[in-house]
Amino acid sequence: MSLHAFLFYVVAGLTGLSAIAVVVTQNIVRSAAFLLFALAGTAGVFFLLGADFVGATQLLVYVGGVLVLVVFGVMLTAQEPFVSMKTGAAEWVVAAVVGLLLYAAIAVSVLIDPVVKPVELQKAGAQTAPTPEASRSTEVLGEAFLGLQEATPKQYKDGSPIKVTGIPPERAPKRTPMGYLLPFEIVSVHLLVVLIGAAYLARAKRRRGAST
Amino acid sequence: MTESLSNLLGPEIGPLTAAVIKAILLVSLVAGSAVFCIWLERKVSGRIQDRLGPTRVGGKFGWLQGIADGIKLLVKEDVIPAAADQMLFRIAPYIAFSGAFLAFLALPFADGWAAVSMNVAVFFMLAVLSTEVFGVILAGYGSGSKWSLFGGMREAAQVVSYEVPRALSVLIPVIVAGTLNLSDFARVPEGTPWYESRSLFWNWYLFHDPWTFCAFLTFFTCGTASCKRAPFDLAEAESELVAGFHTEYSGLRWSFFFMAEYGSMFAISGIATLLFLGGWHVGIFPNDFGNWLGAAGNVINVIVFIFKCWLLVFVMIWVRWTLPRLRIDQVMMMCIKYLLPITCVLLLLISLWQMAVSVWPALLYVKYLMAGACVAFVLAVIVKLITTRHTLPVAGSAPVWRSPQSMVRSS
Repeated sequence: MSLHAFLFYVVAGLTGLSAIAVVVTQNIVRSAAFLLFALAGTAGVFFLLGADFVGATQLLVYVGGVLVLVVFGVMLTAQEPFVSMKTGAAEWVVAAVVGLLLYAAIAVSVLIDPVVKPVELQKAGAQTAPTPEASRSTEVLGEAFLGLQEATPKQYKDGSPIKVTGIPPERAPKRTPMGYLLPFEIVSVHLLVVLIGAAYLARAKRRRGAST
Repeated sequence: MTESLSNLLGPEIGPLTAAVIKAILLVSLVAGSAVFCIWLERKVSGRIQDRLGPTRVGGKFGWLQGIADGIKLLVKEDVIPAAADQMLFRIAPYIAFSGAFLAFLALPFADGWAAVSMNVAVFFMLAVLSTEVFGVILAGYGSGSKWSLFGGMREAAQVVSYEVPRALSVLIPVIVAGTLNLSDFARVPEGTPWYESRSLFWNWYLFHDPWTFCAFLTFFTCGTASCKRAPFDLAEAESELVAGFHTEYSGLRWSFFFMAEYGSMFAISGIATLLFLGGWHVGIFPNDFGNWLGAAGNVINVIVFIFKCWLLVFVMIWVRWTLPRLRIDQVMMMCIKYLLPITCVLLLLISLWQMAVSVWPALLYVKYLMAGACVAFVLAVIVKLITTRHTLPVAGSAPVWRSPQSMVRSS
C-alpha cells in the first residue's frame, strides 16, 4: 500500500469515527467538537485528493463559519452549564432506519453503476491523472465561473487533456458554451437577497414616532 | 527536496522523509519564533513603560528569558478544574495550536521554499487560521468558569466578524497580481527588466496605487484583531475577565495557547509581507538572490523573510503596549461600521483602477510617486529623531538591584 493510500485510509477512518461520535455523544458541545474533527477530516480527504481549493473552502465555510455559529448559538441559549441531550429509543430506531437507507442508496449507486473504475482504467493504460500542478490549479474553475471557459473543459491549463473515459459517450455531460456564469450569478443574487433579508430582520426595532 | 529525496531513498521512503524534515523545520521555527517573540515582547513593553525588562537571565539583555519561561511552564502543575468538561478542556489548546501551525504549511519562505507549494496558498492560510478560534471557544466553554465563557464568547464574535474585512483586504492585492499563489507575489520571472523587478521596493504591491496602500493598513488592523492582540484583546481582558478564556489553564497547556498566538501573529505578518511588502526581497537589489546564487541565495531570502515578519510582529507589540483596550461595542463598530465599508469601497476602486490602467498606462507611474513619498517621510522622521534634543535621564534609570546603602552613597 502506498503512502498516499495509507494516509487516505487513516484520514477517512478518523473522519468516519468522529462522525459516529457526533451522533453518539450526549453533550452537545462535545458533539460539536467531534463535528469539527469530521469536517476537518473531510477537508483532509480533499487535500489528499489534490483538491486544495475545495478543501480550503470546506475549512473556511464549515469549520470557521458554520461550526463557530453553532457553538455560539448553544452558548447563548444554554440554560445550564453543560447542555446534554437525552434521546429516546424510538428516536434511535427512526434515525438508524433513515441513516441505513441513505447509506444503502449511496452504496448501491456506487456499486451498481460505477462511473469511473480507477483500477480498470489503470489496467487499460488510460492516462487520467494530469500533472499535480495542473490539477491543483483553480484557474480552470474560476474561468468556468466567469463564463470564459467551457463548463467541462477538454484540457487543463498546461495543455494535458482531461479524459473521463469511464463515462459512455451518450451519457457524457454536455459542454455548455457559457460555463457556469448563469448559475453563479443566480446564486450570487440569491445570497445578496438573503443577506439583505437577514439585516432587515435583525435591525434594531424602534417604535414609530419614538425619539431617535 | 521531495524529488531529490525520492531519487535517493525510493518513491516510498523519500516523500515520507521529506515530509518529516519539513515538519521538524516548521515546528522548530514556530516554537523558536515564539520564544524569541516572548523575549521581544517583554523587552519592548519594558522600554515603552520606562522599565528595563528582563536583564538577568543569560547576560546583559536577558536573552535566555524565553527559555527560562519555557522551562518554568514545563515543570508547572497541569491543573484541571473539577467543574470543567475534561475532554474539551484537554483538547482545546491543541486545536488552537494546530490551527495556527497548519497555516505555515503553505507559507513560502523563498521562491518555491514552502512545505506544500499550493496554487491557492493565501486562501488556504486564511481558511486554516480561521479554525484557530474554535480552540479558544472550546477552552472558554469547557473550563466551566464564567470568566472563560465570557472570554470565549467575545472571541467568537470578534474573530468571526473580522474575518470578513480581512479576506476583503487580501483580495485587493490578489486582484492586482491576478494570482492566489503566495510565491507569485514575490517571484522575479526570467527576463524582467531590472527596474520592474519585484525585488526593488517601488515595485512592491504596497506602493502599487493608493488603494493597495490603504488595504495594507486595513489588513494589518484586521490581522491584529484576529490574533486577539491589543487593542483588540477583549477575549483576555485582564482588568475585567482575570485572563479571559485561558483563566483556568496552567503549565504546558497554557503555553500552547501562547504558541498559537505568536504563531498566528507570525503567519499574519508573513501574509502581509508577501502580499504587500515584497516577500523575501530586501528591496534595494535589482534581482532575486535565489536567481543569482541558487540555494545559498534562497537561504539569505529565508533569513530576510523571517526578519521582515519579526519586524511586523514588533509593530504589533509596539501597538499593544501603546494603545488602550477598546470596549466590545467599539470593537464591533470598528469592524462593521468602518473596516467593512472601507474594504468594500477599496475593492471597487481597485477594480476600476485596474481597468483605468489598461486605458491610461501612465497610471503605472503612480508607484514611483508613492514610494518616493514614503521614503521621504521615513527619512524626515529619521532626521527629526536625530536632530531633536531628547531629555533623557543623565545616568539612565537607577538599577533596581542596587542596595539602599549604595544608592545613598552614590547620591
